[in-house]
Amino acid sequence: MKSPRRWWTGSGERQKSCNPPDCGGEAMMGEIYVLLDHSKGRVDTLSRETLALAQQLGRAHGLGVKALLLCGPSRSAAENVAGLQVDEVLVASHQRLEQYDPDAHCHALTRILAQDRPLAFLMGHSYQNIDLAPKLAASLKCGLVTDCIGCRIDGESMVFVRQMFRNRINADVRVRSPHPWIATLQSGAGAGNDLLEGSSPVVERTVDLSGLAHRRTVVETVGAVKEKVDLAKADMIVAAGRGIKRKENLRLLEELAEVLGAELGASRAAVDSEWLERDRQIGSSGQSVAPRLYIACGISGAIQHVVGMRNSANVVAINTDPDAPIFNLAHYGIVGDLMEIVPALTRKLREEKGR
Amino acid sequence: MKVFTCLKETPSRDTRYELSPDSSWIGNAEVTHEISECDEYALEEALKLKEQHQGEVVLLTAGRAESEKSMRKGLAMGADRGVLILDRERELSSPYRVAAALEKVLQDQEYDLILTGTQSDDYGYAQTGPMLAQLLGLPHATIVMQIQVQEDRGSVRALREMESGWFEWVEIPLPAVLTIQAGISQIRYATLRGIMQARRKEIRKIELGGLGLDLSSMPHLEIERLYFPEQTSKAEMIEGTPDEIASTLVDRLRREAKVL
Ligand SMILES: Cc1cc2nc3c(=O)[nH]c(=O)nc-3n(C[C@H](O)[C@H](O)[C@H](O)COP(=O)(O)OP(=O)(O)OC[C@H]3O[C@@H](n4cnc5c(N)ncnc54)[C@H](O)[C@@H]3O)c2cc1C
Repeated sequence: MKSPRRWWTGSGERQKSCNPPDCGGEAMMGEIYVLLDHSKGRVDTLSRETLALAQQLGRAHGLGVKALLLCGPSRSAAENVAGLQVDEVLVASHQRLEQYDPDAHCHALTRILAQDRPLAFLMGHSYQNIDLAPKLAASLKCGLVTDCIGCRIDGESMVFVRQMFRNRINADVRVRSPHPWIATLQSGAGAGNDLLEGSSPVVERTVDLSGLAHRRTVVETVGAVKEKVDLAKADMIVAAGRGIKRKENLRLLEELAEVLGAELGASRAAVDSEWLERDRQIGSSGQSVAPRLYIACGISGAIQHVVGMRNSANVVAINTDPDAPIFNLAHYGIVGDLMEIVPALTRKLREEKGR
Repeated sequence: MKVFTCLKETPSRDTRYELSPDSSWIGNAEVTHEISECDEYALEEALKLKEQHQGEVVLLTAGRAESEKSMRKGLAMGADRGVLILDRERELSSPYRVAAALEKVLQDQEYDLILTGTQSDDYGYAQTGPMLAQLLGLPHATIVMQIQVQEDRGSVRALREMESGWFEWVEIPLPAVLTIQAGISQIRYATLRGIMQARRKEIRKIELGGLGLDLSSMPHLEIERLYFPEQTSKAEMIEGTPDEIASTLVDRLRREAKVL
């Protein structure tokens, strides 16, 4: 390790007072590296958010920030990253890095990170990085915290915030391992931080991937289910979750949707239960919607669902559990049984229409 | 086809959680446990593969001694035998350590495929599968929705879920590790006959301490504190009888939100 301030304790015990003698709780030093994912030559939004978070941490705590980009030989993405306010943009290009390949990506990152040993390595919590990050962490024998909704520097260490127990409980997690501490960050983790533009030197990093076996082949990319319903354009959505319990109960929501002139949407749990078609799923693996009115019926508000509907102008949540996270973003909340509330609402609306 | 399927026991999905006094863990005295959701789907996939290609399905669990109950359920569903790594002191609380323990047990086993759930119902780190693959030197694919084993080619095709409703078919050589997503099929019930047979099926128990792992040298994720998400709700909570609620809500949607 480069700096004597970098320390770790491998012990699994909870210990608050584990400052090694030579750092005595002083501020951290070092650099934060951020992976820039990109497609069609453009750095994606999640990576930009992650970088903005790193910039903010860097400014507040005097840490360096470097961006890291893996790309194919054409380097089209590398042209677009020189305008970021970071200490350096590290670019590794290679034929094998043109497309995501876990072996090639892991190998390249392991080389660079084992050599530089930054304090932390942050990645967006994308489907690609869910696949890559644990492999990389095992390869480096470093700790990884996935799916973080926040991250802060606390004295000489970093605290990663994530949800556990099916999103019911938050946890503050510290990594005890050599550097870098690796984390994948959920969209919104660095909320409100604007990416600072500037100019930064682009530094070429060569990676030797010769002799690396070709193990994963992408055979076919399958487009989203032909979306018969384009919920993105819906003006109002009545969405069903696991709380509707049985397919027959969907009728209640259909009637409400009908009187409102709304589309039906669903959580993944409702789709998995085969109560609604897959093309009505809303969330990270479904559609993203932004209607004027979103009525969530029996939906708990898991982050993967929320990312698909949080831009709705007005959210009504109906849930029996007063602690359901969906109430955190609802504008109007009703703690109650949807089996009673939904029909009452339908009756009321019909009544008014009849007038 | 010989398939190892990793199975973890976690608190039941309808648990109303409490925290321990020092907030370092959950505090419910009497939590019932069940097979973690994704792991049960992984087991279902393993059993389907056995039906298609013959062979054996072995359950691999690291956990408390009580995990045997969930393993018996897996055996009743149709798995052939089980291996239980007894982690009595909850030392395997970090994914790297779990992967290292599983790897140790798998080192002298034969297998074509190893399945895990994408993510567990307790920590939900989603790391064990790919870490295990890396430690074993095997290829892997995560968030798998469908599996096609190509026996003649010595490979497996897996349909991976991606962003925004996209999917990709990837092909990797066997043996391989796949992490299975929840909700991809209907999980079978154990038959009475299955339950009877499960009693006689073997569960080999291995003490974690006997594996000779130097856990303290491995990356550890220290849970400093658990807490319930802050209620940041700015929602107006509407109360009353269902009819009163309906009237108030319609009024708000009309006058305030102006959406009606
Ligand atoms: C990689 C990945 C991608 C994912 N993508 C998506 C996605 O795109 N979209 C998505 O939605 N999820 C997605 N998920 C799943 C997500 O994590 C949740 O599991 C899912 O959103 C839960 O759906 P739910 O809220 O309907 O069910 P639950 O979380 O089970 O909630 C049911 C709710 O119903 C309430 N309820 C029960 N009975 C009643 C009643 N009578 N009246 C009123 N309320 C009642 C309960 O209190 C509870 O809050 C994804 C998960 C992963 C790991």
